[in-house]
Amino acid sequence: MPPLTRSVLLPRVVLAGLLIAALALPSVAAWAGEPFYLRLGARILVFALAAVSLDLILGFGGMVSFGHAAFVGIGGYVVGILFAHQADGSTLFGWPGTTNGYIVWPLAMLAGGLAALPIGAISLRTSGVPFIMITLAFAQMLFYLMTGLKAYGGDDGIALWSRTSFPGGPNIADHATFYYVTLGLLVVALGLGWRLVNSRFGRVLRGAKDNERRMRALGYPVTRYKLTAFVIAGALAGLAGALLANATLFVGPQYLHWSRSGDLIVMVVLGGIGTLIGPVLGAAALLLLEEFVPEAMNLVQAGLGEHWKIVLGPILLALVLFARKGLWGLVTGGNRA
Amino acid sequence: MTGASPSAAPMLETQSLVKRFGGLAATDHVSLSVAAGELHALIGPNGAGKTTLIGQLSGELAPDSGRILFDGRDVTALGVDQRARRGLARSFQITSVFPSFSALDNVALAVQAHAGHSFRFWGDAARDRRLSDPARAVLARVGLAARADVPASALAHGEKRQLELAMALATGPKLLLLDEPMAGMGPEESARMVDLLAALKGSVTILLVEHDMDAVFALADRITVLVRGAALASGSPAAIRADAAVREAYLGEEGEAV
Repeated sequence: MPPLTRSVLLPRVVLAGLLIAALALPSVAAWAGEPFYLRLGARILVFALAAVSLDLILGFGGMVSFGHAAFVGIGGYVVGILFAHQADGSTLFGWPGTTNGYIVWPLAMLAGGLAALPIGAISLRTSGVPFIMITLAFAQMLFYLMTGLKAYGGDDGIALWSRTSFPGGPNIADHATFYYVTLGLLVVALGLGWRLVNSRFGRVLRGAKDNERRMRALGYPVTRYKLTAFVIAGALAGLAGALLANATLFVGPQYLHWSRSGDLIVMVVLGGIGTLIGPVLGAAALLLLEEFVPEAMNLVQAGLGEHWKIVLGPILLALVLFARKGLWGLVTGGNRA
Repeated sequence: MTGASPSAAPMLETQSLVKRFGGLAATDHVSLSVAAGELHALIGPNGAGKTTLIGQLSGELAPDSGRILFDGRDVTALGVDQRARRGLARSFQITSVFPSFSALDNVALAVQAHAGHSFRFWGDAARDRRLSDPARAVLARVGLAARADVPASALAHGEKRQLELAMALATGPKLLLLDEPMAGMGPEESARMVDLLAALKGSVTILLVEHDMDAVFALADRITVLVRGAALASGSPAAIRADAAVREAYLGEEGEAV
């Protein structure tokens, strides 16, 4: 047990504070009569989950996937497509549609993981910039596939009338309940992710990020381990997608768009690459900036808010230059090391 | 440690190995034999093809023709990691460690590579004594016990070279392929490395590629001289010293070293 110096104590205090704030948000929103904050909070948690899944491969495995939103989108489409079939009573490969969460959410994870398997197997034959470009290309292929899929709304996507149901379980049609379910899943994902990156498997992943050639010379079949991590991250992103569909009651091709993948990378970098908890902060920071900076700019001059990324750019630049471990690094002091 | 017992079959053998880059035969029908338990040195002037040969032995380069036998089996078609799992460990000419890991964790990662598969997602590897205990023992063996918790990136050059050796040793290899372990070292550090290798000698088969002639002639049981891609001579240090062709082709250039 290390002594409780600033660098050990402060992160714990901040973590506890964050958790308390997250738990209290629904009550605060209800008390303030601002249900909008609850929806924004749920949205942050959903993107946090997606960003954490990206951090597993980007931050710990050194795999800069520029197509991670594709797996989020696939998870969302599983919810949307099964909803659409249930709504019009049609079948898919002989199976009826459903909104049963015990089936739909695991299927969304399965679909995310299954999609990640061939994409990862091909992309991992490369590394560095080619890896970035190939993952981007795969994601854009899926984006155009969904755009062309007229049966499921094409460009327009699928609007959902209701959220996924959990018979005998929590009623997530209630906004606060949905929020808490999402928070619970995020906390579980963080806990499992923490175990994973500190396990033998996680060490192999981090070793491959540090020095892949050396890993091979030690006898590790590196690609197999990286692919496994890629599939796990894909499955987790699929779950985030299922949650996103429920949060917005909508799925569309834009969920898979490369700019969404870019947003996820920004969240990871902004919050702290390779820290797991950092991307949660990054997701919160980016979505809050996205929400309130344009509003503030519009107050200065109507229409100015459109250009809010002029503000985001310098913030990102400053963090990359002065805080290599992002927002979480400011808490742990990891930036000085 | 395995591979200590001397036997008739060589630990490593190359049969007429050829590797061409364009018109240049970087490896020209090299037939090399490293007996189990011996310390075999590979020397040759710059451009003799040592690096290319090591690339093929470790599996990073595929030969154009010829075969590589390791521990009695043909490994010519096997990849780097497969050869490593069969007991071929190497060190790199340019230090190759995991900079963000501590010295102990560098070695623990090497131990883990040979402790079954690593599809273990739950237990905390840092507290796993099945990894850290053997790692500490190997660190002590190379004289780095006191530096266990220092990040590899903060180690001195000589210490990184020792760590490199520790990682290769920690895999419990049958053959150590050491690519210029004294590269960039001062005289004191070199002397320490020679002592280390002398202590290791006999307990594991070693193929040593080295420029430091004093070290080579002090340590080697046998020496193979590589010149322009071909094995010019192979024999005991005394025989190599006396070999007229070697003197002419190689030692003539750096004769002052012998």
